[in-house]
Amino acid sequence: MLRQRPPSPRALALLTGPAHRRTVHAINDEAAARGLRPGLSVQAAQALASDCEWAEFDPTALERDRQLVAAWAYGYSSQVSLVFADAVVLEVGQSMELFGPWPVFERRLRVELADLGFRHRIVAAPNAWAARTLANTHDGLGVEQPQLSAALGRLPVPAAGFDADVADAFTRMGLKRLAQVVAAPREAIARRFPPAVLDWIDALRGRPLPLRVYQPPSIFDRRMEFDHEIELASGLQFPLRRLIGDLAAFVRARDGGIQRFRVVFEYDRFEAATIDVGLLAPERDAVRLLDVARHRLERVALNGPVRAVQLVADDLPPFVPPSGDLFEPHAQGMLSFDQLRERLRARLGDAEVHGLATDLDHRPERAWRTQRERSEPLAALADARPAWLLQQPIPLRARVDILFGPERVESGWWDGEDVRRDYYIVETKEGQVAWVYTAAGERGPFMLHGFFA
Amino acid sequence: MGAVVALDQLLADRTVWRGNAPARTAFPAQPTGLAALDAALPFGGWPPASLSEVLAPCDGVGELSLLWPTLARLTGAHQPVVIVAPPYLPYAPAWHLAGVALDHVLVLRADARGALWAAEQCLRSSACGAVLCWPNHASDQALRRLQVASETGQTLGFAFRSERSADNPSPAALRIQIHAKPRRVRVLKCRGANPPAQSIPLPPFALA
Repeated sequence: MLRQRPPSPRALALLTGPAHRRTVHAINDEAAARGLRPGLSVQAAQALASDCEWAEFDPTALERDRQLVAAWAYGYSSQVSLVFADAVVLEVGQSMELFGPWPVFERRLRVELADLGFRHRIVAAPNAWAARTLANTHDGLGVEQPQLSAALGRLPVPAAGFDADVADAFTRMGLKRLAQVVAAPREAIARRFPPAVLDWIDALRGRPLPLRVYQPPSIFDRRMEFDHEIELASGLQFPLRRLIGDLAAFVRARDGGIQRFRVVFEYDRFEAATIDVGLLAPERDAVRLLDVARHRLERVALNGPVRAVQLVADDLPPFVPPSGDLFEPHAQGMLSFDQLRERLRARLGDAEVHGLATDLDHRPERAWRTQRERSEPLAALADARPAWLLQQPIPLRARVDILFGPERVESGWWDGEDVRRDYYIVETKEGQVAWVYTAAGERGPFMLHGFFA
Repeated sequence: MGAVVALDQLLADRTVWRGNAPARTAFPAQPTGLAALDAALPFGGWPPASLSEVLAPCDGVGELSLLWPTLARLTGAHQPVVIVAPPYLPYAPAWHLAGVALDHVLVLRADARGALWAAEQCLRSSACGAVLCWPNHASDQALRRLQVASETGQTLGFAFRSERSADNPSPAALRIQIHAKPRRVRVLKCRGANPPAQSIPLPPFALA
């Protein structure tokens, strides 16, 4: 939620809970400086900080952000998981060869998270559970296997991430530090607590369970709703930059590019307006994408105050980075013919992109196909055929000179679409050479069926 | 002297006009298959990696026969040819008879905007040997995009337009006008040389 707003020096608190018992859910640094704490009642909070901004906490927004972070993390590791509440874990051991030793890697992660606008804590540990648990109290910690049990053991039980009542029970049992909990007999814990607690402790002891791995979605669809309507186009700059930054992170993690996306503006009083933004070649640089989107939006007039902005991208082609090879025979943006055909198909539709082939039928309409099925020669190679064929023959009323004909075409009696026509090649006054037909045995009127060109 | 540019480079890029001297380019020649026309053009054929404009008074006056030898040569060398939004159905038997390898021909159907987009994509991709399009109501800017795309993708582009556009300037490297009666072609513009003064007769259609 915090990241949907431009950075501002004002205190902000998110509220949650039923109407009669509203409490503070999360706060920013400025609000914390005024003495607000999560869990405080609204009345108390308002007494403490009267100039604070209040907003409603939205758990679905939180989940969307988690999805985004996971998509971003997928760029660094194929093993990303969202099983833990409020956290994204990724396996970094395999990735360090590529991204450098942990301090370098960590700095890179931090810079990108900050760019995406997330406040974060990062902890690296030999297993996912340990990392998640340590992240409750630490930031920037990197633990190796030998120091792991000591680091975990020092953790106070209330901060170990157990449910409040479980943590309470441990404390009442006299177990103050996590080391004591881990040392406690398994059977005793199994008897007193739900199985999830034991699983968690087992995982901390070094017997991790398999994690459900995150699968990145194949489309990007994000929406940003505003608390108040935005009337000026300049006010849309920030949300747009945020959305496009998210999109760029998403496609980069997939090692893909983006060639087309839609920006939808939702209004309170009008129907939503969709603006298509297209690029010449797949792109994934946030600055370039924003640039293109801005140019496109400059030409669009807003109907009125905007309530929400949505960004949808469902066509995610592979990204072809510009080639810097000195001996590259072709210019950049080169595609194979198959890739090109795919792109055309995607934009124009499958049926609109077809090949050409001849067929054995004597009837002109059936002597061609959109696809080669057999490699047989033509039936009537000897006869001249026009370069253009009209899909529907049309009556030809102009005076014409007959150059050649008639050629009798009589076929198809077996399938009920029989054809009995005399074809002539004629020349019109303008010099066009046309292929026309009449009913067999007659000299007109003519139907225009094609052009020699 | 901030920018010293080699003269050879300028000439090879065809950015300097040289009167009637034939321009040499780094690209292989693209003969039209019509000896008289090849001789009249400065590059021994179609301007390589450029857009060529074919202007005709109406459809069916020989605009395709003019291209068929080139298309037959390209498809014979397994270079795909894309026909973007043709005005009629390209009739396979005739194209086959003209020697075009149909396996390497792709036909697209699209509205005017989609056709421009597709033509530009095909030209730019450098995956095609030639791209044929019919940008009849296209703006000067759209034609320029096609010309730039041809250069970027180093692909032959052919734009068929009505002869009504002959008086308007065009960014195409070559402009050819077809006269129907008698059937001749006239070069209106060819980048790199003066257009030849005389028109060139077209071979008659093979009707029988």
